[in-house]
Amino acid sequence: MKKIFVFFVTIILATISWAGGNSIQIKGSDTMVNLGQAWAESYMQQHKDVLIAVTGGGSGTGIASLISGTCDIAESSRSMKKEEIAQAKTKGINPQEFTVGLDGIAVVVHPSNSVDKLTIDQLADIFTEKIKNWKEVGGKDASIVLLSREVNSGTHVYFKENVLRKGDFKSTAEFDSTALLMPSSQAIADEVAQNSNAIGYYGMGYISKAQKTIAVAKDAKNEYYTPTLENVVSGKYYISRPLFFYTNGDPQGLVKSFIDFVFGPAGQQIVKDTDFVPIK
Amino acid sequence: MQKNFNGKLVKEWVIERCIYLSGIASIIFVGLIFIFLAKEGFSLFKTVSVSDFLLGQKWYPISTPAQFGILPLIVGSLYVTLGATIIAVPIGIASAVYIAEVAPVKTREILKSGIEVLAAIPSVVLGFIGMMTLVPWVKNTFHLPTGLTAFSGALMLAFMAMPTIVSIAEDALNAVPKRYKEAALALGATRWQAIWRVIFPAASSGILAAVMLGIGRVIGETMAVMMITGNAARIPNSLFEPVRTLTATVAAEMGETVRGSDHYFALFAIGIVLFIITFFINLIADLAVHRKLK
Repeated sequence: MKKIFVFFVTIILATISWAGGNSIQIKGSDTMVNLGQAWAESYMQQHKDVLIAVTGGGSGTGIASLISGTCDIAESSRSMKKEEIAQAKTKGINPQEFTVGLDGIAVVVHPSNSVDKLTIDQLADIFTEKIKNWKEVGGKDASIVLLSREVNSGTHVYFKENVLRKGDFKSTAEFDSTALLMPSSQAIADEVAQNSNAIGYYGMGYISKAQKTIAVAKDAKNEYYTPTLENVVSGKYYISRPLFFYTNGDPQGLVKSFIDFVFGPAGQQIVKDTDFVPIK
Repeated sequence: MQKNFNGKLVKEWVIERCIYLSGIASIIFVGLIFIFLAKEGFSLFKTVSVSDFLLGQKWYPISTPAQFGILPLIVGSLYVTLGATIIAVPIGIASAVYIAEVAPVKTREILKSGIEVLAAIPSVVLGFIGMMTLVPWVKNTFHLPTGLTAFSGALMLAFMAMPTIVSIAEDALNAVPKRYKEAALALGATRWQAIWRVIFPAASSGILAAVMLGIGRVIGETMAVMMITGNAARIPNSLFEPVRTLTATVAAEMGETVRGSDHYFALFAIGIVLFIITFFINLIADLAVHRKLK
């Protein structure tokens, strides 16, 4: 009985101290959780009295908790949906968007695959099963195994809207239903590394020697570029997306100080160190 | 004296109530869970018809217009569950018979603790091992485009169902009165005849319960299937194609849905479907056990 009492008191005290002034709650995108953690640790080293908690769960989870007022900053690898903004407004939350970095999305195949460059049109046709065999894009005679992220992934949504639908809002292109929906970027990396027929996509941070990165061109007339830091910054590599922070209204006090740090030279260096692309 | 007596009565009453509350707590929780599931899940059917939901073949939950057809998911769950049952039931029952009737005492103790350890391995660990070892093996052995198939999932889940099946079936076999076996042997039956013709039929309802609980374990399993079945929402033609199960869909998509959206309700509606399926499996298991008691 006494133990239970102590337990509850601890929880209540913990909650009160969390609600106190010297802490920031950051929640959201799994893609960004390592980045957020790195920022938080570096910031806390400079400001010993501040406590920053970073948790993942997905972009939608972060946005949902911003709407319900349980976090100060939502990390998101996609922009907020119309419904979400409307929902926030009804709860008196006024979401403010900050682009804190960029993420190039690499298209990868097995190192033994002879295909090394594709256009956006070819990629769209591959992921919608209009192209079913590697020989149609200059490879060997083998059927293509499609790997995608789950629908809860900001990367999935970005790839669909900007590659499959080529940014056209009226398009209704979808990933073919034969596409394998993998639970994580690492799962795609593992499967591509061991399957010579597979093609997949994920953030640049996951590129390794076990997979081959495909050079991408906007169309056959343009040049092909690989997802390197320079190509993403210069915009030559076509498939890259912004990473966002969302706050309730204009940030103030501690949150403002933290966001200023993120935009500062040290913060942007951390973006680079965690294999994302700085905005400056 | 009188006071002391009253004190005892009060104490008795309080303890009785407490035990009563603990006793009905699980039923209250099940009830609350179902009410919550129903409240959220049935909201979907304001916009999507029940038949479109259950029989639709397209699962594109985040498109506009969204399509919420869970037939591929139901079929996916059935494929994996059936596959795992076909593998786990014969091996599990045979293993239970060996442990209960044949094995020497020492071997029995080793086997029993081995099975307990198998039951204690977290499913995410089994999923990870499956992804690293089983998936490439399935791909190469059967010359498939990918090893992420219903078959891989079934094989892995068979491992998870096995401890449940073995331990419950073994209890059922042990519950058969010793004199049945002794009588059979005295009448000149061989050991195998005694097991197959006498002990096995006597324990059959307990074994059926073991099988049903094993199936219940398989259909509700999430993490391992999510990691090794490929999760493609399409009705498979064979066990050697990728499938997407009901549980994996809820687990994979719940984190990212907009609260109160159709997608959110659809995931709860999937929860209702799963609840109904497991409810019936448990009901059958329960009926089987009760038949034994009569």
